[in-house]
Amino acid sequence: MQTAVDAWGREPTQLLQVLRETQESLGYLPPGALERVSDALGVSIARVRGVVAFYSFLHAEPQGEYRVLFSDNVTDRMRGSADRLRELGQRLWVEPGKVSEDGLVSLGRTSSVGLDDHAPGLLVNGRPVPEVDAARATLLGDLILGRVPLAEWPPELFVIEDQVRRADVMLTDPIRPGEAILAALARGEADGTGPQATLEEIKSARLLGRGGAGFTTGVKWESCSRQPVTPRVVVCNADEGEPGTFKDRLLLGRYADLVFEGMTVAAWGIGATLGFVYLRGEYRYLLDALRQTLERRRRDGLLGRSICGREGFDFDVQIHVGAGSYVCGEASALVESLEGKRGIPRNRPPRLAEKGYLGLPTVVNNVESYCAAALIVLRGADEFRSRGTPRSSGTKLLSVSGDCARPGVYEYPFGVTVRQVLEDSGAAGTIAVQAGGPSGTCLGQDEFDRRIAFEDIETGGAFIVFDGSRDMFEVARHFAHFFAEESCGFCTPCRVGTSLLRNLMDKIRDGKGSQHDLLTIEELGRLLGKASHCGLGESASKPLLGTLRRFRPAYERRLGSSAVEPAFDLDGALARARRMTGRDDPGAHLEEAP
Amino acid sequence: MSEPRPTFQLDGTECPFTPGQTVLQAALAAGRHIPHLCYHPEFKPHGSCKLCTVKVGGWHATSCTLPAKEGLVVESDTEEVNAERRMLVQLLFVEGNHFCPSCEKSGNCKLQATAYELGMTSPRFDHFFPDRPVDASHPDLLLDFNRCILCELCVRASAEVDGKQVFALAGRGMGKHLVVNSPSGLLRDSAIAASDKAAEVCPVGVILRKRVGFSTPVGQRRFDERPISAQAAEYAPRPPQGD
Repeated sequence: MQTAVDAWGREPTQLLQVLRETQESLGYLPPGALERVSDALGVSIARVRGVVAFYSFLHAEPQGEYRVLFSDNVTDRMRGSADRLRELGQRLWVEPGKVSEDGLVSLGRTSSVGLDDHAPGLLVNGRPVPEVDAARATLLGDLILGRVPLAEWPPELFVIEDQVRRADVMLTDPIRPGEAILAALARGEADGTGPQATLEEIKSARLLGRGGAGFTTGVKWESCSRQPVTPRVVVCNADEGEPGTFKDRLLLGRYADLVFEGMTVAAWGIGATLGFVYLRGEYRYLLDALRQTLERRRRDGLLGRSICGREGFDFDVQIHVGAGSYVCGEASALVESLEGKRGIPRNRPPRLAEKGYLGLPTVVNNVESYCAAALIVLRGADEFRSRGTPRSSGTKLLSVSGDCARPGVYEYPFGVTVRQVLEDSGAAGTIAVQAGGPSGTCLGQDEFDRRIAFEDIETGGAFIVFDGSRDMFEVARHFAHFFAEESCGFCTPCRVGTSLLRNLMDKIRDGKGSQHDLLTIEELGRLLGKASHCGLGESASKPLLGTLRRFRPAYERRLGSSAVEPAFDLDGALARARRMTGRDDPGAHLEEAP
Repeated sequence: MSEPRPTFQLDGTECPFTPGQTVLQAALAAGRHIPHLCYHPEFKPHGSCKLCTVKVGGWHATSCTLPAKEGLVVESDTEEVNAERRMLVQLLFVEGNHFCPSCEKSGNCKLQATAYELGMTSPRFDHFFPDRPVDASHPDLLLDFNRCILCELCVRASAEVDGKQVFALAGRGMGKHLVVNSPSGLLRDSAIAASDKAAEVCPVGVILRKRVGFSTPVGQRRFDERPISAQAAEYAPRPPQGD
């Protein structure tokens, strides 16, 4: 605990980072550790406990020596993750969500860990293992039962082969470190406008945010630069939590210089001195390499004081690591989390550009947006606009996964049709595509000529393919569970509504659904879309409403016959009593209703 | 007043406001009721219960946090919006354990009064029946978490008025819950006093004073007399700072 406090400092803003690192050394967060953190940081014990209970990777209860978390996206399930989890649980004598009696292993599920191109994936003590087939699961069981230290596990278990299937301007030609920064400085020299020249170039390129929301980056930067308050803050949203997205994993792993270059260019443009990367907890394994890149860039004069020899151009970047929370991908929730709090989206106004991190003017952009910004400053807005459509300029990275022969990252100019992507990725017999992940759009066969572009299908980049062997009801039910799990609980419609939707979907799966339940799903779904506090709640019902519209028979064939069917199962409620009394004779069962 | 105050339209009639007010604040100040639960005139708007949702230019917005602006056209008391509010109240009822007939807050409870106001006749959805323990450790105060609607008024009151931070929130989603700031987690060991703002601000029946529960008989309580909307003026906000 002391080491973590020494490393991060005694500010309340460091609460999450201190807790996370304390847990890394202790395995979990015992009450005494929480009290010491509370004292050291001057944060009430209730708030400390509140934060621990918010993030799914923080544990107040003892965990196993080996902590195995199966990635639980629909792509993982399609590749047999449920079977692997069950087999491993039987082998290790532990139920999912629990710790084994001997404290050796804890087993569980977590929302997508960003290995959809190598599904099914899992994390062991934070380290990713891709492509967990039956043989790998058996090997994992052997290693754990043999108590082999993680450091001695076969290294090939952890190798993730990045698969760039189609490269355009961003992925073909990595820039030399410092190139874009020098270009930004030179632009300002050439027309004598200094940082404004960078803002103008970004605006002229019409760069729209790549995280999915599509806000105009140049406008965001300019409004931040006009705030009379300093220091200003540049934040990189590397909380790539949308299930089915993994392109930021590639950028952070192989194009980290481009990411930092973009952040530094942004800092120059808006006059920021503070920089943060908010790295999702699932990507903790990328942290050390990222820190080394930052260190090299400091040595090379590309970060720190007087960047590229320019007096007064000071900017540095710190990496904060998340702890398992999807909602922290929402920009204002991310900023709350950066401040060491529970990740609850803020009320707007004020916008983050006015009052963001600790009330300072702040820009938050997606990893890919910073990469695009670096390329715009380096090669010019005209070059950038030469790709894409008039309203969606440039290229987009798509994370293609699911039922296709060639999953991986595809870089396309905006405007590419869904059909083209399906062809290129070797998808056959496709019945649906979930573009943009669970919060995105479900597309049926008659929509495959639609285009990936802000004016048609907006997407953060997830592109999950389903063929005829898939049951779209089960896909939607899975997404309903995802949103109920990840709702932050701030607002009524999302907190309660996502859980009700999940329960209704389970009820239908159990054959107890009725037409009335479908109407209720639609009505609740509309309420969530209209009255929720943030994008999570607004989009939580989209997969259900979308599949209900396009794949209604998948729901209807599960319905019971009557118009209303109770969720409560009277005979089922007696099951516990039967277990306790050891009875299972006909007299211990209620008669079937006529 | 020398200059006419700016106005926006609320359900077809003009509603004056003071710059800096939100739509809900201005409406209440003008004696117009918009249903709400997590809003309280003495605290910064919070925007979590969503009961005060209104429609503005075809979009839904939370009126307690929406800054009032000249010319806004706000729809509040419409069948559509009230139906949504009714559903939100139903969600709050099924989320917790609310048994009005046996609750000592009955008649003084804003959740109950708002449900009546919105014509809620049944909880409609399946109850969650959560397992929420009661904290009776304090000599003067009782905490019955079963009725908590997570409005955070006690959290805000304790931090902003009492300067104590007795309450905080923990967890997320349906696991979100109120916690007490003390080493044991019990109210007895916290810094709360019965005279604290936090002890009186609860809109439902979570924070209760012991031994006075039925000193006013059911039937003669605040919302037994008049519906909550008729008491809108009593919730009128204090003027914005600097006025």
